[in-house]
Amino acid sequence: MSVRPNLKILVIDENKIRASIIEAGLHEAGYTDVWVVGDIDGIATRIEALDPDVIVIDLENPNRDMLESLFQLAKAVRRPIAMFVDHSDTSSIEAAVEAGVSAYVIDGLRKERVKPIVDMAISRFNAFSRMARELEEARTELENRKLVERARGILMKSRGISEDEAYALLRKTAMNQNRKIAEIAQSLITAAGLLEPGDDT
Amino acid sequence: MTAGCRIAVGFLPLLDSALLIAAREKGFAEAEGIDLVLVRENSWASVRDRLAVGHFAAAHMLAPMPIAFNLGLAPLATPTIAPMALGLGGNAVTVSARLWAAMLEVGASLDLDPAINGAALRQVIASRQATEKLRFAVVHPHSGHNYELRYWLAACGIDPQRDADIVIVPPPLMPDALAAGRIDGYCVGEPWNSASVFQGTGRIVTTKSKIWRSSPEKVLGVSAEWADTNPDALSSLLRALYRAAQWCDDAANHADLAALLSRPGYIGCDAEWLMPALSGRLLSGEGGVIVVDNFFVPLARAATFPWRSHALWFYSQMVRWGQIEANETNERIARETYRPDLYRAALGPLGVALPGANSKVEGSLVDATPVGSAGASLILGPDGFFDGKVFDPDQVARYLSLS
Repeated sequence: MSVRPNLKILVIDENKIRASIIEAGLHEAGYTDVWVVGDIDGIATRIEALDPDVIVIDLENPNRDMLESLFQLAKAVRRPIAMFVDHSDTSSIEAAVEAGVSAYVIDGLRKERVKPIVDMAISRFNAFSRMARELEEARTELENRKLVERARGILMKSRGISEDEAYALLRKTAMNQNRKIAEIAQSLITAAGLLEPGDDT
Repeated sequence: MTAGCRIAVGFLPLLDSALLIAAREKGFAEAEGIDLVLVRENSWASVRDRLAVGHFAAAHMLAPMPIAFNLGLAPLATPTIAPMALGLGGNAVTVSARLWAAMLEVGASLDLDPAINGAALRQVIASRQATEKLRFAVVHPHSGHNYELRYWLAACGIDPQRDADIVIVPPPLMPDALAAGRIDGYCVGEPWNSASVFQGTGRIVTTKSKIWRSSPEKVLGVSAEWADTNPDALSSLLRALYRAAQWCDDAANHADLAALLSRPGYIGCDAEWLMPALSGRLLSGEGGVIVVDNFFVPLARAATFPWRSHALWFYSQMVRWGQIEANETNERIARETYRPDLYRAALGPLGVALPGANSKVEGSLVDATPVGSAGASLILGPDGFFDGKVFDPDQVARYLSLS
């Protein structure tokens, strides 16, 4: 069976946001025949019906062993499927595993034809991870700020000091103990909770 | 001593990751100067990929995996060796409550007897005729689970290719797949059999230890390149794992071990689910307990020794089920994947029991038998296959012609 002029690409990803980011990227790069599947149930039938040239899946997907066994059986797929573009292309493989993406391509597909797809998937996976990390950092930052505010309130009340003095005290303690100011704040809140009379439920 | 040597090792959430987890958490790795970094993975494919790109030096692996890698049966595999096994047994076959009810009607037994329950299963399959084939799941095509399930079915007169469907499902997802009716049964490592019994959705019908006593399951798969360049670190790692096996073997530590393994970063399940496998007291599903001798063996009977006869038995099953062509080259690759020489070199100085041979006839020991050893004395067996067959590693072709 010959390869279609426009490669058919199947993206398997339970993470809908990431899947759509990859899909958009592939569309932008001129690939129009892109399919996205989130639910792994019935994947064998889907693969058989779609007969894709390239399959992109996240490395963490627990169903990869199942997927690979389908390729080995060659029941669901009419053509043998190998992993990645070219076994000798170690830097590409490393970058893919690093990014958390794996790609399966039909045997005999030329490297030049698939590499842009894999590269695209790698960069989009990395962009997604970066986005997720930044979101997580922003969330932690917000939580930390709340902790510090609460700790400052406790200090102001118990020691009768000003807002600035309370903050300076927290910062000095953190520096002396070589810990983060949010950690000091958390310890203080815990300690204050323990010292609170009559609330030991 | 390789002070401060960092070794990253991948694992899957299964009972027999115990040796690795105990080596880290109980200080055996640290005592050998190793900073053992354990990374939990979701699939064997991911373990393989990360070993191939050098993220891992070694990994908890299905024993046939490194053999399959070296035989070129897996994509993106790197040359891998097995210098140590991570215990014997630990798997079971579980069926849905519905299939169990049907098996009971035709004489299934509560004592997990593989011959009796296999015969019952054969009757159920025969009576289904036109209806859809029963579907069983295993964790990987190159796994002890796949081979022992097929061995059991075939020995009971059920053709695993024609009379049943065998599909792949990740271990932690087995109980859900069974409860949802997507599969009728499965063969998997603990705690994923007991999980279904605890939830009332499945029943254990037989165990790996009953299909083949003292049979191999997981190994420490090590990147051949890493092993070549880090021989001292590898020796230290093997010693730490052996100490961990000693600790895991002591029944007094089982509750502690179950609590350790149950943590979210490791297996992440109820500690209660791990006790049946550790104590050999499996749940019957009717409130009772079925005592299974040597269900999971972390240390005794040279449980961590990488027997070349084990490697060759796995190879024989790869041939039997059409995964690889039988020839001398492939047989040699399989045999040489296992590295008892490295095991001996690392553990010899500890004075622990080391078998005199690298290979043995599998299934010939009816009783526990003292054997020739270096260091401490060693008892092997019983190691019989339930159908009484014997595997002579020097006669692989003959064995295959008889099966």
